[in-house]
Amino acid sequence: MSAASFLEVQGITKRFGGLTATEEVSFTVKEGEILSIIGPNGAGKSTLFNCITGFYRPDAGKVLFRGKDITTASAHKICKLGIARTFQIVQVISDMTVLENVMTGTYLRTYDRRKVREKAVEILRFAGLHEKMDFPGTDITIADKKRLEVAMALGTEPTLLMLDEAMAGLTPVELREMIALIRKVRENGVTLIIVEHVMEAVMELSDRVVVINSGRKIVEGSPKDIVRNPEVIQAYLGDRYSAGN
Amino acid sequence: MRNPTVRQIAFCAVLLVALLVFPLVVHGTFPTHVMIMVFLFAMMGVAWNILGGYAAMFSFGQVAFFGIGAYTSTILLMNYNVNPWIGLVAGGVLAALMGAAIGIPCSNLRGHYFAIASIAFAEIVRIHFNNWKFVAAAEGLSLPLLPESLRNFMFHSSKVPYYYIILVFLLLSVLICRYISTNRMGFYLRAIKESHELAKGMGISFVRYRLYAIMISAFLTAMAGTFYAQYILYIDPDSVLILPISVQVVLVAMLGGAGTIIGPVIGAAILLPLSEITRVWLGYKGTGIDMMIYGALIMVISAYRPEGVWGLLTTIGRRGK
Repeated sequence: MSAASFLEVQGITKRFGGLTATEEVSFTVKEGEILSIIGPNGAGKSTLFNCITGFYRPDAGKVLFRGKDITTASAHKICKLGIARTFQIVQVISDMTVLENVMTGTYLRTYDRRKVREKAVEILRFAGLHEKMDFPGTDITIADKKRLEVAMALGTEPTLLMLDEAMAGLTPVELREMIALIRKVRENGVTLIIVEHVMEAVMELSDRVVVINSGRKIVEGSPKDIVRNPEVIQAYLGDRYSAGN
Repeated sequence: MRNPTVRQIAFCAVLLVALLVFPLVVHGTFPTHVMIMVFLFAMMGVAWNILGGYAAMFSFGQVAFFGIGAYTSTILLMNYNVNPWIGLVAGGVLAALMGAAIGIPCSNLRGHYFAIASIAFAEIVRIHFNNWKFVAAAEGLSLPLLPESLRNFMFHSSKVPYYYIILVFLLLSVLICRYISTNRMGFYLRAIKESHELAKGMGISFVRYRLYAIMISAFLTAMAGTFYAQYILYIDPDSVLILPISVQVVLVAMLGGAGTIIGPVIGAAILLPLSEITRVWLGYKGTGIDMMIYGALIMVISAYRPEGVWGLLTTIGRRGK
């Protein structure tokens, strides 16, 4: 296994009844990079995301994480191996404080209560949420909840962090904060896969972009290349606007 | 979970001392009996709370564990002359294993579906025991009378020793619940309560933690069952395996405050005297009146204070500051 293949997704196919949500999607992620997965609504991004994190079992294909086949591993084991995720619809534990939410994550690799708390406080400081750590998980803004979700995922000490639309619905200021946070996460040596619709963030953060349409990968490349790609434009805007016509 | 304040510790200490001296101050079998029932149901409420309060597994099958505990120690004592204390542990272990056996196939059931499955489980156990010759079926079992001693877990001249035993059981349950709620398992159960998806995503095996919760809860509830058998000295399916006991346990926890350590104890302290006193005052004519009062109480609580009496008290406490 070469050092380059941190995560290898090989020919993932997932069907729901007669609907093929993703078909033969392959790509690799290098350690330390930020890879974005984009595509129109219903393209199969979240399905792919769920196949990698063990929430769905693909009908065909393989997922290799650091050379280890994790295709059939259960979701909690995949998290233990070092892949953490957030959810498209923000999920925090409502009868816990912000701090306790993060502690739930840090308990994965630490048992001692005091250390768990220390680590969680440190992560909250990192995510800029430490001033709100005693707030109930339900009493913070959506933007804070999204950051809290990232903090909860960081609590599990992942080497690969997967964010499902972490930027959706943020105000421009909040978006800047989120982008800065993701940069900081990467600087700490965490590899990231982001599924995203907010192109501003995709353009700014990604080293590479994978474009999915109708369940298939259509292009892969640097952010600059993919926005000029006729197939991508066609996928987003339809035939009439694509470069050839 | 914050560390207890000095005031809280002081309150607990005063309460504990009050409970310790209660039998020395208040004489008479009836008040002692009522207190014993309060502690018994408080203990079961605490055990239920680990499931229902923390992990949102609304078990209406607690009575099955209660019955298994009562029957195991009684059968062991009657047929094999096994000391009730060993029977207590055996009953707890058996109930925990039964809990695991039922918990595995139910590991994906949530909310109402888990509740329905737990009722079905308890009813199967009840019907089975009602027809099982080995445990004397519907006739029930009278415990052999042993000389009174702590070792024999049997006392004839006074209820007071039972009072202290069940108080210790209750304290043990509260401490276990407190330990769970302030450590990893408590965090994990609350994450599971929020959503299985979220729990999985945070590396939590919800199947495993749900099983732990069921097993601990079953063990404690079976202990309560053995206590009941040793206290009443007669058990039959109609007294230790009927659904109203499960319902009572759930009510105790919900009324006091589900998901809090002390809630079920408060719930038991309110409901049990109510049921015992109405039963004695009104005799057979009063049958059901306690249930009517419960019903009204539960409706009021769930409509206005879903977090229970304890939730109400803490809100008032916070306002007072």
